[in-house]
Amino acid sequence: MAALLVVLPLLAVVFLNLPHVRLGNRLALLFAALFCAAEGVAALAAPEGFWNRAASLADIGLTLDLTRLLGTTFLVDALARVMFLSIAVVGLCAALVARYAYVDEEQEFRFANLLLLVTAGMNGVVLVHDLFALYVFLEITAVASLVLIVIERGKSAFEGAFKYMVMGAVATSLLLTALALLFIGAGGTSFEEVAAGLRASGTSKLELVALAMFLVGLAIKAGLVPFHGWLPDAYSAAPAPVSVLLAGIVTKTTGVYTLIRLVDAVFGYGEPIRRALLVVGAVSVVIGAVSALAQRDLKRMLAYSSISQVGYIVLGLAAGPGLGLAGAVFHLFNHSVFKTLLFVNSAAVERQAGTRDMDELGGISSRMPVTGTTSVIALLSTAGIPPFSGFWSKLLIIIALWQAGHPGFAALGVAASVLTLAYFLSMQRRVFFGKLAERCSRLEEADAWGLAPALALAAVTVALGVAAPWLFQTFLLPVRSIL
Amino acid sequence: MTYATEVLIGLLVLVALWTVQTTILRAAIGLAATSVVLSLVIFHMGAPLAAVFELSVCAGLITVVFVSTISMTRPPTEAETKKEKTILARRFHPAIIVSALAGVALWASGYVLEVAAPAGPPASVRDVLWNVRRLDLLGQIIIVFVGVFGVVILFKEQRGQKEVGR
Repeated sequence: MAALLVVLPLLAVVFLNLPHVRLGNRLALLFAALFCAAEGVAALAAPEGFWNRAASLADIGLTLDLTRLLGTTFLVDALARVMFLSIAVVGLCAALVARYAYVDEEQEFRFANLLLLVTAGMNGVVLVHDLFALYVFLEITAVASLVLIVIERGKSAFEGAFKYMVMGAVATSLLLTALALLFIGAGGTSFEEVAAGLRASGTSKLELVALAMFLVGLAIKAGLVPFHGWLPDAYSAAPAPVSVLLAGIVTKTTGVYTLIRLVDAVFGYGEPIRRALLVVGAVSVVIGAVSALAQRDLKRMLAYSSISQVGYIVLGLAAGPGLGLAGAVFHLFNHSVFKTLLFVNSAAVERQAGTRDMDELGGISSRMPVTGTTSVIALLSTAGIPPFSGFWSKLLIIIALWQAGHPGFAALGVAASVLTLAYFLSMQRRVFFGKLAERCSRLEEADAWGLAPALALAAVTVALGVAAPWLFQTFLLPVRSIL
Repeated sequence: MTYATEVLIGLLVLVALWTVQTTILRAAIGLAATSVVLSLVIFHMGAPLAAVFELSVCAGLITVVFVSTISMTRPPTEAETKKEKTILARRFHPAIIVSALAGVALWASGYVLEVAAPAGPPASVRDVLWNVRRLDLLGQIIIVFVGVFGVVILFKEQRGQKEVGR
């Protein structure tokens, strides 16, 4: 069944584009939304053994064993399920935002197709346990994302896409070279073979070079400092639904999840790797937060905030397996939720007010009360204020850092939370609070398509915060033990 | 490594150098020439299938795509070409010198790469593609699909804009 997460979206795109079967444009978007919803339900509720079962229609005696057809088995553990859930939630919200933001139905059709393809790519990244297959699915996601960024064309879109493409190509070259070097040492590319090869050789100099190249490649994909140059341009140049998708899940899956999976299952928590992760994570947390303070463009500010929050996830990973890893995965999911919420709100502000320049906005909470309120929830969660979900994940990361013997980095995490609160309160004051700006005097609240994802994500943020102890027992401890 | 391979690698470096120092159209042709020489190196080192892939995909298909794309752009003015050459020289020369020195140092040190023997007998290409790496084949199909879809979107849009322009 797990293979369906890759095969179904592909078949759907083929079907949607058959010359004589052309469905209505909005039906395509509905299909993409339904696929994401089904994936989310499966990630939450599917029983053990469901994922490796052959897809069968018992009533008509038809059994389709995709596992045998593709010649591989997929291991779906708790971490993979968390990722499927994140992909589903963000994909569904992006589809709803597309329905809200696009006036042109043709654009909706194109977006729906690319959403399905990028979802197939991300699901593949989560499913595979082979370095070369991982590289292939990373490329699928990258190419589909590139097309998504330029879907509306325009100078800034091409500029953002160009930077994304160049940095992506550098990352790809590094990953592929590292993969070749690791293959030379291990004689295979599966996670088990490479991990065994690294253990057997005691990590030779050549393999250290390969690991460094792999980590840099993934850091580029995750937008970590100092490889973050492409990220603010790509996020701000992309159309609103694409920004939701990129910021909410694409960089999380291609960069952050991959980093977590590979460090945990292949590279191990050796001292050089932990030290590198600590430094890159801490620098990203601080530089991202300081840069966010200086922005005027709402989406650029959110992009720099993403860099800072991804830094927290990397710090959690650097704290090691156990609490650190659990905190990193929890913050990854939380960040997907509240960053998607913030980008959904920025889409609403941009569509209704016609600008993202925070200095031209002001006091719009009185005109857009739902957007203003959900924005407050998201910012408090991002800053790690209790009882919202972001508080618990940051707390786990900080405790894990302390326990791992890094009190300095733990203190830095706390201090950076204050910075986070500062730039978000500044944003909230300039955009939503204060005196109503003249150009916003006739502003109206977003319609139901724009508000539905914002309300749902705000509810998830609150619910995750309130139910954190339950979540920790049922989802996060299994992540720790399985990995 | 035989003398013939060393000569071919030297030629590869020279062609690659020419590629990064010239105008965009010549760079595309230079890239194709680099791929042709690389194919010869790979063929000479005993991997004919990889050489055929390099020749057909990199020297063939990619060159066609690049040249078609360049043909749609405005040719640069003389001043732009001159400026671009200066920037390229400034950007690439240190990298080329460092790479060349590193290559010579590695060669002089007599470093031998230890390659792990693959488990079991060597498999045929057919076996590898259809039995061992079937998932990657699916992935490659999706990549091609995404690429074609992207090109269709961009070109369809351009045609639509031209029609509106008329």
